[in-house]
Amino acid sequence: MPSVAVEPAAAFTVPVPRGRGRQDWRSALFVAPYLLVFVAMLVVPLAMGMWLSTTKGDLFGTERWVGLANFVRLFGDAIFLKAVANTFYFVLLTVPFLTLAGLGLALVLNRQERWAAVLRTIFFASTVLSVTVVTLVWRLVFLPDGGLLGVTAEALGKTPIAFLNDERLAMPAIAVTTIWWCIGLPMVLFLAALQQVPRDLYEAAALDNASRWTTLTRITLPAIKRTFFLVIIIEVILQFQLFGQPQLMTLGGPNNSTRPIVLFIYEAGWRQWELGYAAAAAQVLFAMILIAAMVQYRLSSGKEAA
Amino acid sequence: MTRSRLATGLVILAAVLMLVPLLWVLALSLKDNAELMTDTASVFNGRFTLENYRNLFGNGDVFRWIANSLIVSFGMTAGVLMLASLAGYGFARLEFPGRNLLFVVVLLGLAVPEQAVIIARHQMFSWLGMHNSYPALILPGLSAPFGVFLMTQYFRAIPRDIDEAALLDGASRFTIFWKLLLPLTIPAQATLGIFTFLSAWNDYWWPLISATNKDMFTLTVGIASTQMNFAQTEGLGFLMAQAVFAGAPMLIVYLFFQKYIVQAVAGAAGR
Repeated sequence: MPSVAVEPAAAFTVPVPRGRGRQDWRSALFVAPYLLVFVAMLVVPLAMGMWLSTTKGDLFGTERWVGLANFVRLFGDAIFLKAVANTFYFVLLTVPFLTLAGLGLALVLNRQERWAAVLRTIFFASTVLSVTVVTLVWRLVFLPDGGLLGVTAEALGKTPIAFLNDERLAMPAIAVTTIWWCIGLPMVLFLAALQQVPRDLYEAAALDNASRWTTLTRITLPAIKRTFFLVIIIEVILQFQLFGQPQLMTLGGPNNSTRPIVLFIYEAGWRQWELGYAAAAAQVLFAMILIAAMVQYRLSSGKEAA
Repeated sequence: MTRSRLATGLVILAAVLMLVPLLWVLALSLKDNAELMTDTASVFNGRFTLENYRNLFGNGDVFRWIANSLIVSFGMTAGVLMLASLAGYGFARLEFPGRNLLFVVVLLGLAVPEQAVIIARHQMFSWLGMHNSYPALILPGLSAPFGVFLMTQYFRAIPRDIDEAALLDGASRFTIFWKLLLPLTIPAQATLGIFTFLSAWNDYWWPLISATNKDMFTLTVGIASTQMNFAQTEGLGFLMAQAVFAGAPMLIVYLFFQKYIVQAVAGAAGR
């Protein structure tokens, strides 16, 4: 299951000290163990990564400071630029569909009956699987020679398509795999939002004989507008970090058509051992995610104000 | 009414499409490997065998990987719960110099994606010679600020009268934390625990680069390693049995604890 960068809004409302609490350095002992790990495992690597991005190492591990040379090289590197384009393409293939399908599922399945509960269970189930199981399953679907789609095509008298070997179809195939894996989260986020819509709004609409469509567009959708944008931004951040699916299904091929930024970083770092170059690419990705996270923060602080 | 029938029908169809790949893999895992080599469509002829699962149990690797995944996931969960509870109490209730500033810095850490730190982390563990060890697999996960954020929020929501009464009775800060407040945070502990366990169990990139020794693979990395030379494999059924064996426990746990898992995942994403 992928991780989400979360942006807390409420947390910034630090409570005003009530005056009677004594400042006592010993109290800091409660937070010290975490802060130690936080500094060692997050702050230091972050700073080191930034420094690394301005260096060029050789095979013996001695780094040389090269300023912004890695970044200049990145923006002239056709493979990196292709990886950036691939990442955006993948986000475009997955996020709108995940958002709308998640909303559609939530609207249909937001009911008490048993069958709705069973279907909700099914749609969220794949979310708990790891990326390696998911890709293994889907490779056996896409495999032209004996995969599920291949067998189906043959049974229908058609020629099986090698989805993962086709430059135009490989990324959509990875997008389908990802949607299958990730559809549960947007669905449950929308379900949670739908249950927050005040019941009396619907009762009032029923009294006015409002049609189902009017109820949906005038009451339900405006009430969950914020969740809608929140889901989009959460999914953008998540899907921006695409890595395991192409790393396991296509290795970024054919012809770099499925290599996203994170796979580029991985390969620069652990295939070519160009740590400085990989770190520079990671900084670019970090900047992009930060922008998305800032949008998310603005959205969730808007929720506080409302 | 017809429109809603149509929508329901579409959703049921989608649910079937969600299940088909899993059933396909399950069926393949129950087939003889030689038969699959000639034609995978032979799954429809109805001859099934448990041979692949028997071979799986005879092969120690998968069990070793499961044990590693259990150790890493439980270790990380216990560590996160402990550190986040202590820090959450500290940030929510105690006064010490620089508290608010430190808290904001920790929260800023939420915006840092794994990719921005993983290269340097890998180098640090290389220098320390710590790769291929449980601490290397567990420690990075303990730094995630989400737990601290969640626990701080939760401690803040507990009425202060509880600790103030105990303070008047002469209880120490730690006693108040341990005996009085911690038991009240069990719902938050459950959310955080489930979320951490699931993330740790399914984590891929860090164990992939840190655990390079086959004996230290987690299940996720182990399953990845077996599918690397997938095209040449003669044991498609065996591979599928591994996929089932790796996926089924998670799905079964999910069926039993669905409510809590959905809450934990949605809560972590939506905050």
